[in-house]
Amino acid sequence: MITLKNIEKVYQTKTIETVALHNVNLVVPKGEFVSIMGPSGCGKSTLLNIMGLLDAPTNGVVEIAGTPIQKYKDGELAKIRNHKIGFVFQSYHLINDLSVLDNVELPLLYRSSMSAAERRTRALTALEKVGLSARTKHFPSQLSGGQRQRVAIARALIGQPEIILADEPTGNLDSVMGEEIMNILLTLNREDGTTIVMVTHDENMANKTERLIRFFDGQQVADSRVFDFQKV
Amino acid sequence: MLKNYLKIAWKVLLRRKFFTFISLFGISFTLMVLMVATSLFDHTFGPQMPERDTDRLLFVNMIREQLKEGYNNSGPPSYYFLDRHVRTLKTPEQVSINSMPFQVNSYINNRKLALDIKYTDREFWDILNFNFVEGSAFTQQDVKGASRVAVINENTREQYFGNTEAVGKYIVVDQVKYKVVGVVENVPVLRVQSYADVWVPITLKSQDFNRPGLRGTYFATIKATTPGDVPKIKEEYAAMMQEVERQQPQKETKLFSFPDTFLESIARTFLGSGKEPGVGILYGILTGLAFLFMLLPTINLVNINISRIMERSSEIGVRKAFGATSATIIGQFIIENIFLTLLGGLLGFIFSAAVLWLINDSGIIIYADLGLNLRVFAFGLLLCLVFGLISGVFPAYKMSRLHAVEALKGGSK
Repeated sequence: MITLKNIEKVYQTKTIETVALHNVNLVVPKGEFVSIMGPSGCGKSTLLNIMGLLDAPTNGVVEIAGTPIQKYKDGELAKIRNHKIGFVFQSYHLINDLSVLDNVELPLLYRSSMSAAERRTRALTALEKVGLSARTKHFPSQLSGGQRQRVAIARALIGQPEIILADEPTGNLDSVMGEEIMNILLTLNREDGTTIVMVTHDENMANKTERLIRFFDGQQVADSRVFDFQKV
Repeated sequence: MLKNYLKIAWKVLLRRKFFTFISLFGISFTLMVLMVATSLFDHTFGPQMPERDTDRLLFVNMIREQLKEGYNNSGPPSYYFLDRHVRTLKTPEQVSINSMPFQVNSYINNRKLALDIKYTDREFWDILNFNFVEGSAFTQQDVKGASRVAVINENTREQYFGNTEAVGKYIVVDQVKYKVVGVVENVPVLRVQSYADVWVPITLKSQDFNRPGLRGTYFATIKATTPGDVPKIKEEYAAMMQEVERQQPQKETKLFSFPDTFLESIARTFLGSGKEPGVGILYGILTGLAFLFMLLPTINLVNINISRIMERSSEIGVRKAFGATSATIIGQFIIENIFLTLLGGLLGFIFSAAVLWLINDSGIIIYADLGLNLRVFAFGLLLCLVFGLISGVFPAYKMSRLHAVEALKGGSK
């Protein structure tokens, strides 16, 4: 599903050159739930941004579903992000001025062929999936952290993407809420076959996924199957 | 999508009340000043009662003699000149000769009343479209017979007779008694070619008719059959002027007189050089002034917009992450800005209406009836859109270039 070949990311300022990723080679097959762990500043988020086509590598090739995308332009990348990828962020990134329903509908606004009625139906279904059907008219500021993250997940899955990229989705939540979010992601992976790549600091969460990749200083240092992952 | 953008725009306006106030105040105040200026311009130069066919009307209100020694004499033409040389032009449909307005005093019940009186021929009433509220204009017979009849405006009727009918009654103006034959709506003072309080037959001033010389106290109002005839009239007029110049007893005297639209005559007075009336320069100056006047609030708005949009970098990041292209983001911010400017425009219209009402009511401009007509409205709308685009495009472009990852980092929740 996602293939990274010899990925290198270097941040260059006038005086300093910082290597964020070095020689990363990674294949995430369709339907896999992968977690990425590592200390702060080891390049996890940069890797996720490159996978999500939000950032371009300095060197190397990114392939999504077998297609290399390095020559794609802004419009084509935006289309892939819109149709194939959903994002979940640690700090939710909901638009405070929009209601829950409007926030969830957002990715579909960029699909010109879709009617307003269909957007609404799909948003309601997505909210039902994350257990928030009763909160459609609320605004983000009226929700708890866990509820906000559930809205963010509904927004990520409304476009029926093949891949969900989650950057520390439980990082701002207490353990109970973290569990809830994790369960939603696991269900998505198991029932809908969505490929999920999750960056986390939490060993417990990582252990619930199928595969765990560890990073250190911009390099991949371990890649292992999680023993007790139950694929249904 | 549009609904979503407008929803956001509205929320953003409500969220940042101070910014919103500054933005809206800037837009609405600037628009108000421009709208009031446009309305004044339109009121002065546009087709308004009684000069409705502005594209077919020409006025002669000045003649300049440049003598050999370099002296210049200028002023309104004489009846003698207009009657001999202008009334006899072949191309116009009709030519009227009328005096400039003179201020005279009248007394009503020992109360002094200053009135402007104008002497006109019968053609004056045919060429111009006065709105009669009572009676009609004086006839050709009245003019021929130098009858002491008068057309008065509504204000004069009110001064003399209160709210009762005036036709058939008598007024004494400057110690002369006139019978009122018609009452017209007040003509604003800015329509200097037609304006007066009292209009009486020109033959009552027949002592002026045979006074030779080029300069006097008269105007000519010329009506072309079609707008296309206007240049032909100007040509014929120029040829006539050459002939008059040739006939001057003092050789090498140069004469300048032109049949102008009202706008041309104003432009010629202030900016004209020789034969060119300088309307282009006048428009250039007015446009330049309007542009400068708009520049400051536009720059201000650009600044406010940049900081307003900066606060929303997280939103830009999210939109990009979920499939918005840079072009879509630009579109969104431009739509938001046009929404803001249209809102400011709406307020500007309300303020303009209030200010125009105040001007009309205060009597600063005699008989002014300034209003926001459709042309002024369209101009205002155009200004709003130009405003919205100018102040929205740059910030939107700047923000759309923001890298998605940076944008997401820049925003909090």
